[in-house]
Amino acid sequence: MQTGTETVKRGHAQMLKGGVIMDVVTPEHARIAEDAGACAVMALERVPADIRAHGGVARMSDPGLILEIMKTVSIPVMAKCRIGHFVEAQILEAIGVDYIDESEVLTPADEHNHIDKHGFKVPFVCGCRNLGEALRRIGEGAAMIRTKGEAGTGDVVEAVRHARAVLGEIRRLTTMRSDELMSYSKEIGAPYELVRETAETGSLSVVNFAAGGVATPADAALMMQLGVDGVFVGSGIFKSGNPALRAKAIVQAVTHYNDPKILAEVSQGLGEPMVGIGVTTLPESERLAVRGW
Amino acid sequence: MGKLADWYGLLEPLKDASKSVPLWGTCAGLIFMAKDVGMKQPILAVMDMVVERNAFGRQVDSFEEDLDMIGLEGGPFHGIFIRAPVIKEVGSAVEVLSRLKDGRIVAARRGSMLVTAFHPELTPDDRVHQYFLKMCKQAQEAA
Repeated sequence: MQTGTETVKRGHAQMLKGGVIMDVVTPEHARIAEDAGACAVMALERVPADIRAHGGVARMSDPGLILEIMKTVSIPVMAKCRIGHFVEAQILEAIGVDYIDESEVLTPADEHNHIDKHGFKVPFVCGCRNLGEALRRIGEGAAMIRTKGEAGTGDVVEAVRHARAVLGEIRRLTTMRSDELMSYSKEIGAPYELVRETAETGSLSVVNFAAGGVATPADAALMMQLGVDGVFVGSGIFKSGNPALRAKAIVQAVTHYNDPKILAEVSQGLGEPMVGIGVTTLPESERLAVRGW
Repeated sequence: MGKLADWYGLLEPLKDASKSVPLWGTCAGLIFMAKDVGMKQPILAVMDMVVERNAFGRQVDSFEEDLDMIGLEGGPFHGIFIRAPVIKEVGSAVEVLSRLKDGRIVAARRGSMLVTAFHPELTPDDRVHQYFLKMCKQAQEAA
């Protein structure tokens, strides 16, 4: 019996495809998310919008809180550690979380290196803004990728930018001659073997979700139509007027992302969406997506 | 899965279909087909068995293991178990097809219904798919 293999780590993400992963800060939130049909929850002390408002250093959440949430729901529970903070990751693995998000939403612990994720039995998901970043993370052992967007804003523009970048670069890659791949690998700073594999298959070797700024069912369906495998919703649900209703509507929108009639139905009467921050008004120093190397 | 099937009124049509259309559930699909899953959730309840969800623990306990499966030729099948369930009890009409070394049931069949706790779709080995196709042919001939 082998545990913690690449197959079971990547295979888990395959089971989440077509689903919504929701940020939750209490066991009550987790129950609402599960009842609304979330395929997994991300256990946090603060959603990204509050991390922004709070300022200071954002760290891994209290393991006690994460354990409470794990006890409350039967769906997978993910938790975040800081970029490069492999001891936070060891702690999260020790308490048995189902996935670790090495996340730019928390304050990075290392400004040069990400975690060597091959050494862990628990699978990792990592953020990216472009194909080079995605392949570097997969090279380090990420079993799942998400585009970063700009967390805690409720503005989907960066999520769109990053998803278009990754998927567009993959499309371009498939049209290249084999003798162009080494130079392209150098240009985007990605491992040659993974670039070649991506050129051959025309897709990433792991599941790719969208994240960062999804606030409405339409936002979620937009990301799905652009070609991602599923959606993370952070502040968008529990910072809105009616979380239970909005959570269920976003799940339905991701299931039926190509059916505008259903999207119209589920978008009705959801109450106030989260108050957004336009990404263009954010100074560079407050942008989370630039964290990661 | 069960929730969406419930919201969109698919539980009854799927239950009806299972009487004439061959059905195969893997992992969550196995849970969806079981009569008893130990908790309240929307299920088809078409297969006479008691199931335990997340029977091996959490994701860090997910594993790969070679299995002997009745009806498959050519040696053991490489089973991939991801937060997998097990079958704790089966009704008298259900045939057990595969067990782990500790005896726990991970594949079973009743008529034209097949359940596997592992994920054959994550391996390049298509023998379980071939087995199901054979079941479909048998069902067609019987009809």
